[in-house]
Amino acid sequence: MSKAMEPDLHNPLGGARGQAADKEWNHPSNHWLRGFVLDNRAALGTLGVFIVMMAVFMFANPTVFTTWYLYSSVLTTLPVALFVVVPLVFVVTCGEIDLSFPATMGFASWVFALVVQAGYDPFLGIAAAIVTGTLLGFLVGSLVVYGGLSSLIATLGMNFLLRGLIQIINEGKSTALTGLADSWAYKIFSSQIYGIPVQIFWAIAFVVFSALLYNRHRFGAQVKVVGDNPDSAKQMGIDVKRVRVKVFVFVGIGAAIAGTFSVMINFTWWPTAGDGYLLPVLASVFVGGTPTWGGIGTVVGGAIGAVTVSFIQTGVVAAGLSGFYVQFFNGLIIILSLLGHKWNQARYR
Amino acid sequence: MGERIIELRDIKKSYGQVYALGGVNLSVDRGEVVGLIGDNGAGKSTLIKILSGVVKPTSGEILVRGKPVSGWSAARSRDAGIETVFQDRALAVQQTIVRNIFMGRELTGFLGWLKVGKEIEEASRLMREIGFTSKVFTPQSIVGQLSGGERQGVAIARAIYKQAELIILDEPTTALSLTETAKVFHFVRQVRASGRSILFIGHNIHHVFDIADRFVVLDRGKVALTADRSEIKSADELINFMEDIAHPGGLPGLHEASGAEQRA
Repeated sequence: MSKAMEPDLHNPLGGARGQAADKEWNHPSNHWLRGFVLDNRAALGTLGVFIVMMAVFMFANPTVFTTWYLYSSVLTTLPVALFVVVPLVFVVTCGEIDLSFPATMGFASWVFALVVQAGYDPFLGIAAAIVTGTLLGFLVGSLVVYGGLSSLIATLGMNFLLRGLIQIINEGKSTALTGLADSWAYKIFSSQIYGIPVQIFWAIAFVVFSALLYNRHRFGAQVKVVGDNPDSAKQMGIDVKRVRVKVFVFVGIGAAIAGTFSVMINFTWWPTAGDGYLLPVLASVFVGGTPTWGGIGTVVGGAIGAVTVSFIQTGVVAAGLSGFYVQFFNGLIIILSLLGHKWNQARYR
Repeated sequence: MGERIIELRDIKKSYGQVYALGGVNLSVDRGEVVGLIGDNGAGKSTLIKILSGVVKPTSGEILVRGKPVSGWSAARSRDAGIETVFQDRALAVQQTIVRNIFMGRELTGFLGWLKVGKEIEEASRLMREIGFTSKVFTPQSIVGQLSGGERQGVAIARAIYKQAELIILDEPTTALSLTETAKVFHFVRQVRASGRSILFIGHNIHHVFDIADRFVVLDRGKVALTADRSEIKSADELINFMEDIAHPGGLPGLHEASGAEQRA
């Protein structure tokens, strides 16, 4: 055996070794368009689903789908979802899940409402809300990571716990913020420019920043590695626990911004603020093409997923179907997306 | 050969009453491939753990570049330029080659933003250095698309990037086919050519025989044989020797060295 394999072993990689050593890398995806498609197949797949869905809606009811009002209303509420969908992509990539963000949205926006109601500048309220979100994210993250708890159950528990706390203290009463409309903060974060809700610009900026954070920053690189192979990451000197806590803090910050935006849309804080976002936001992450097993994901895909999910509800009603169809179509889109992504993605683990 | 990278003198390790290692001497010189052979339970993994500083020896002396080191630890081992490549759990398979090479030591600029271009450039250089070039893959290919031998190449490139002087390959070819093994050997030869050292651990004697400059046979916690490549005519001679220490009786002089008194 040893004699037979000798020539192979001394001349491995075939005879082309000499020339190959000097040659530049040559990749099937060398053409920029092909490479781009391969690298972004999940996000592009999601975009495809969205376009097909919109085409169906437009075909069903052309008049409603060419009126600006429909888009304007989606663009007002969509940013709220985007601010939590994007950090959740980081959490899922890291191999965790966070179901506590609705309560964090409610809690942080409550702090915002309290500060504004007390007569302080709304900017100060936003800052206070973000600090609250950061602390809550750190609390939830530490509980999961240092407490060694399952993130699925622990964050579910924290969602109930924090929401319960809000309800106990407020006894179900909402807070109206009457002076908010005249403030600078409202003009900057919640008004309209040429009929376009200004929130969407902030949300797009957040998505772009987060996509860069995900793909072009040490944080994103470490989140992916930790979600992919925590043993290896640890061996290579990455503080795995710290990275995990950080993704929960990121969700806390995103939830605080989202909660504040939702209060600014309605000028009122409700003790249930954020509750309705739990399932649509989770659906958006997975419709967007981030798989459940961790290690990979797509921020832009998640954002397109959020757009898709936002349009389902509006679209179904506007297309002339009754509200009873909304859940059915939600489910249909989720299942079809998952099937599409399964076919579209190679799985290496 | 050149400078002595590391030397273990009379290393003993006992777990309670049981001796895992009963006085092992081992040294690795610069630019040398040492093949460490031994059956399961011979003490190979204990020896690797001691070299990488994860396990502390019960007694014995460790010398780095000729100087005795006190307080041997994982950090000391890393400072001495010793890097262990484990077969399975080393790589994040859904990430690119670049991300794996720079795992935990990303090349960053302002505020932690990645220097992507520089990373790709550096990864290409490292991979060329170990002869890992391909028309099919680039540094931005996903590790999951690579074969077993090529994955070892990524792990070796990463070890080199970490300034490793001595790379310990723990059973790098055990699960690999012939062609894949050939690829790993190619990388190992390139690493040796660059003046670094390799401790190649395996239990397939044919594999170790083809690549090593020197052989160390471990048996029940003791060094049963140390021999240069030139002293051994063929792999069969090594196999015969191994069989002999496993079933003593053929050559009476040899199994004394296997340390019968330490077996208790």
